[in-house]
Amino acid sequence: MPESKGTFRKEKLGEMYRTMVRIRRFEEMAQELFEKGGIIRGGIHVSAGQEACSVGVCSALNNEDAILTTHRGHGHSIAKGTRLPEMMAELFGKVTGLCHAKGGSMHIADVSKGHYGAHSIVGSNMPMAAGIGLAFQFNGRGQVAVPFFGDGASNQGAFHESMNLCAIWKLPVVFFCENNHFASSTRADYSTSVEDISTRAQGYGSPGITVDGMDVLAVHEAVAEAVKRARAGEGPTLIEAKTYRYYGHSRLDKKFGSYRDEAEWNKWKARDPLTVAEKLFGLTETEIEGHQAAVEKELAEAVAFAEASPEPEPEMALEDIFG
Amino acid sequence: MPNIKFSEAITEALREEMERDEKVFVMGEDVSTPSVSPLTAELAERFGTARVRNTPISELGFTGAAVGAAMAGYRPVLDMRLVDFTLVAMDPIANQAPKLRYMLGGQVSIPLVIRTPQGGGVQNGPTHGQALESWFMKIPGLKVAVPSDAADAKGLLKTAIRDDNPVIFTEYRSLYPSVGPVPEGDVAIPFGKAAVKREGSDITLIGVGSEVPHCLEAAEALASDGISAEVVDPRTISPLDTEGLAASVSKTGRCVVAEQGHLHGGVGAEIAAALQAMLFGSLKAPIERVAALNTPIPVQPKMEAFVLPSVEKITAAARKALDYA
Repeated sequence: MPESKGTFRKEKLGEMYRTMVRIRRFEEMAQELFEKGGIIRGGIHVSAGQEACSVGVCSALNNEDAILTTHRGHGHSIAKGTRLPEMMAELFGKVTGLCHAKGGSMHIADVSKGHYGAHSIVGSNMPMAAGIGLAFQFNGRGQVAVPFFGDGASNQGAFHESMNLCAIWKLPVVFFCENNHFASSTRADYSTSVEDISTRAQGYGSPGITVDGMDVLAVHEAVAEAVKRARAGEGPTLIEAKTYRYYGHSRLDKKFGSYRDEAEWNKWKARDPLTVAEKLFGLTETEIEGHQAAVEKELAEAVAFAEASPEPEPEMALEDIFG
Repeated sequence: MPNIKFSEAITEALREEMERDEKVFVMGEDVSTPSVSPLTAELAERFGTARVRNTPISELGFTGAAVGAAMAGYRPVLDMRLVDFTLVAMDPIANQAPKLRYMLGGQVSIPLVIRTPQGGGVQNGPTHGQALESWFMKIPGLKVAVPSDAADAKGLLKTAIRDDNPVIFTEYRSLYPSVGPVPEGDVAIPFGKAAVKREGSDITLIGVGSEVPHCLEAAEALASDGISAEVVDPRTISPLDTEGLAASVSKTGRCVVAEQGHLHGGVGAEIAAALQAMLFGSLKAPIERVAALNTPIPVQPKMEAFVLPSVEKITAAARKALDYA
């Protein structure tokens, strides 16, 4: 029996909330494991605080649509449905990892879920998203490509060239900018010529809008509208979500570096995207606890899988070069 | 076997591959404009301007886009107009295309060809007259083809387009008008197979790209003095057929490697290092190298000729190797 619209909406909202909890807890756990030392090598870039962006975008996409994310891409990956055990194994450097332990945290990908990779050179994913958009236009199956990027990447030439290409060819691409206010440690109000990055769309004759990046529904609605335009062959949209990065840039960066203070942090934390969603969705304590418990179980399984998986043999460094 | 120009061989390969596989498309600056790009413009008439697609002057953007389209199952053939312009797009060329498959644990393939017309002798100066194949050969995950005649141009380009990996396909502009026999039909030439372009027994002249015809001329000059020079062309420098090159040098015991790129860190350095390791005991003379002098390529013709390799420089290097006691 088909569900009523109300029931469906409630279930979808629950799923969106659970995904936000999943992202938050995955990242807290990853950060914790990283700080222990010897488990997760290299570095990780945590996106806690930005969950409404990940979930707002991916809840407006189908499995056949593509995302391309960044060095700070755990949230986007999880929201697109990336398999958690294999993702955790990649962070652990295990052979069962999504990238066979060659990409690590900064290159998570799950192409079977339409996740065309985290791309760690800032801005590099946008030209590639334009090309995937071109492939989608050739295919004619109505798919859409979404590159995630930050305020920092909006100052890269790659952003501007990609916006132009997508605009002249009317490619089905939604540019999603998470303005978390910091490019590494450099404040956006110093590095970026405009207050609202969305206004840069005007330079490419494309619509640009700024949304509240702490409100998952506001993000979802803006993206759904842009996806509709893209599928209809009307070209790209630039969406800027104002959001905030709770952690430092990466491993060596303290939470409160010289570039921000606790008061600013607290101001944003007061509008935590999970809390905002709990209120928006009218979730009860029991429901919230239910989601949290389910996520803890999933994550425990993911960590157990990663722990139990073997490390690759050194010679496996020679595999996956050519196809 | 019909005789056609090197440039016509490129167009033939593109046309045949586009007919064979609808996923193949051409993209680049002015590619569908007959007065600027005769090689590809006739393809635009045949296949339309969606599949032979003009781009803005936006090398970083459209090269990255080609990588993306390849990742999503298409087979783009990018026309870079000049190799010098690849330097604007080094992130997709050096960071993304060759490493994505590896970084993503084999989840994607990047069947991308980047055609890079290149080379001096045309008074275009330091940023429009370089030969850069040695830059690309040191990037794991990239293949590099350097055809020296019409038949190889066609056969190697067909292989490049069918390859599931990124290929830099170098075209020396000086070779476009050269005419040679090209086999009819679907003849693809495998990568990593050197070709003997002239047989000889006293010395091996290894030429890369534009320097293969120069080596053939040098061999002719040496022949008039009774010296029998063998000319070998690696055809691809990644993969590099060191066995094939060594087979010739083990026979002659003497070798000159000639390339148009700069001497320092050049293709010849890699070839000479490989050959000395394989043939140390049987070499009769140090391996000589001929390449562009380590300076930017100047515009003025006499200065440009002074900097670039030539038949005379190759002949002189061969004599030096032959005179070595």
